[in-house]
Amino acid sequence: MSTKMIAASAAAASLSLFWASSALAVTELQWWHAMTGANNEVVDTLAKEFNEKQGDYKIVPVFKGTYPETLNAGIAAFRAKQTPAIIQVFDVGTGVMMAAEGAVMPVAEVLEKGGYEFDKSKYLSGITAYYSKPDGTMLSFPYNSSSPILYYNKDIFEKAGLDVDNPPKTWPEVWEAARKIKTSGAAECGYTSTWLTWIQTENFAAWNNVSYATNENGLADTNVELKFNEPLFVEHFQSIADLAKEGVFRYGGRTSEAKQLFLSGECGILTESSGGLGDIVKSGMNYGIGQLPYYEGEGRPQNTIPGGASLWVFGGKSDEEYKGIAEFFNFLSQPEIQARLHQVSGYLPVTMEAYNTTKESGFYEENPGRETPIQQMMGKEPTENSKGVRLVNLPQVRDIMNEEFEAMLAGEQDAQAALDKAVERGNAAIQQALGN
Amino acid sequence: MQNVVFPNKILPYLLVAPQIILTVIFFFWPASQALYQSAMREDPFGLRSTFVGFANFTAIFNDPNYLHSLQVTVVFSVATAVLAMGTALLLATAADLVVRGRGFYRTFMIIPYAVAPAVAGMLWLFMFNPAMGTFAYLLRRNGVMWDPLLDGNQAMLLVVVAAAWKQISYNFLFFVAGLQAIPKSLLEAASIDGARGSRRFWTIIFPLLAPTTFFLLVVNTVYAFFDTFGIIHAVTGGGPAKATETLVYKVYNDGFVNLNLGSSAAQSVVLMVIVIGLTAFQFRFVEKKVHYG
Repeated sequence: MSTKMIAASAAAASLSLFWASSALAVTELQWWHAMTGANNEVVDTLAKEFNEKQGDYKIVPVFKGTYPETLNAGIAAFRAKQTPAIIQVFDVGTGVMMAAEGAVMPVAEVLEKGGYEFDKSKYLSGITAYYSKPDGTMLSFPYNSSSPILYYNKDIFEKAGLDVDNPPKTWPEVWEAARKIKTSGAAECGYTSTWLTWIQTENFAAWNNVSYATNENGLADTNVELKFNEPLFVEHFQSIADLAKEGVFRYGGRTSEAKQLFLSGECGILTESSGGLGDIVKSGMNYGIGQLPYYEGEGRPQNTIPGGASLWVFGGKSDEEYKGIAEFFNFLSQPEIQARLHQVSGYLPVTMEAYNTTKESGFYEENPGRETPIQQMMGKEPTENSKGVRLVNLPQVRDIMNEEFEAMLAGEQDAQAALDKAVERGNAAIQQALGN
Repeated sequence: MQNVVFPNKILPYLLVAPQIILTVIFFFWPASQALYQSAMREDPFGLRSTFVGFANFTAIFNDPNYLHSLQVTVVFSVATAVLAMGTALLLATAADLVVRGRGFYRTFMIIPYAVAPAVAGMLWLFMFNPAMGTFAYLLRRNGVMWDPLLDGNQAMLLVVVAAAWKQISYNFLFFVAGLQAIPKSLLEAASIDGARGSRRFWTIIFPLLAPTTFFLLVVNTVYAFFDTFGIIHAVTGGGPAKATETLVYKVYNDGFVNLNLGSSAAQSVVLMVIVIGLTAFQFRFVEKKVHYG
């Protein structure tokens, strides 16, 4: 596969080089991305607007498949020395990109080359903290961010005799409501969740202000030990395992498959990314939105961590190309563009100004719930537990967790055993990835 | 046999050259790369690489997950081959008895073969996914705890059926051809001697089909080993808890998801050895027992 891909990209690159030199000496910049559907249209519109605005550079968006596929395409292109100018990398790939020192150019330096500066104060602090090096250098350009929230089916709540206007706030309240939905016969299943890893461990840790791994969850240093087998996690997952046994919790799959269980009315409560709102709105169901639940305790809830993706720039490009990329990033960071991106795509605004613009326009009054994920993420200054999770091989650690969770939900092991095993296997995988 | 001598010394080489070139480019070159990678430890971007000798191989053979995956592959391959060949043989003998509409049945039997593995996987997923599948809904409705997302055996059953379903057409085609090649006079003679249907089948048809069966056994094993990646990827993604992670799927997962290229390359080298060994074994021992009529 990679051979073919390399050959194809080589052919494409030489062809584009030929066109570029024969035409008006416009510098062409490829933007590899993983956006589908409506979000793909946003990417194309942005590129088109930028290209029409000036004549020196041309952004060419190229769809490369899913997030992992796009990352792999970028890696293969780097190995073949045919890198695109800009590549969109999902949150869990951040650690992979950061470990590739020398392969990437920090976005702060790229902007400097174009005579701009990356002003961190303009951006939401949760987002800048996640995408910068321990020394504070901004590494990638935040493009789309999302945060997990709680969705509930108002019709089912009413049938079950639950308060339709006040969704459960804490996890014990969620379990109680979920059981009531099942026992009252309002729905077949009370609660389901997409992304058990992202929502129930990574965001769970940040939101409850407990440690996921040592060294600030990997943000301070890459050599980390996982900590998600501590009591609070065990309590949480044992509750989910118990609910699964009772048939109150239904497992949908490792990524966002569980959304279907909510859309079909089988489950009354769902925790899902704010980016999943579009499908729920489209279904025309009578839904409500609440904050991500937490466990009661001092200082809780803390803040959620950003999911989504950011834009990375490869090293080894010409100054002219870097200038063009800087121009494009400057174009992207304009408040109007950011505000529109947020309102159209359903992702979070990444700059303060974009957030304020949207707020003033009355958008949140017309679209209740759309502000919840933002408030969750920027309500508080992040602590060492809530800046995010960054591991050199987070995708692999997530897979390990999913496997242990599946065995747990199937009743083969309890939560303590599942989490202990996941930590043990995860730690071994991290050490291997670090080359120790 | 008589030796044939070509008068032209260069032409034969020219004639086989395209095939040799293709084999070198698409087999020998990637295989040599895999061998090289299997002795290295490298970061995903190829910035730092160190020679580690056989460390990757010792690591995979000490990995319980790898041995588990080997076991999964054996179960999956045997089940898929048996189901695909058994069903195809049954259908082929049945189709052989059909007098009217023979062409119609045959054509329709062959259609699934035209479906790409990933699409076949999606079809079965749409039918049996517990979140959206119609059949999954019916099963649950009737009290069957159908949940292949958590139950490893059900997940295995699902991928085996999907993989076998796709291969049945191919096997069917060859069995039908094999059946047509059996001289009618033999069957008639057996009938006159008083042999009933099942006896005729086991004493005449089945032995005479042996070359076809043997050929299909090789093809089906290779199919189950290598061509079912798309189905597993679409239906279960190797889950739940590695219950359907075959060797090929593990090569992909470790290489392209976990970005552990050294281990992935070592696994593909082992896989190469297994398949070469398996094919050699089949031709050396099983083929001897096959009677070519």
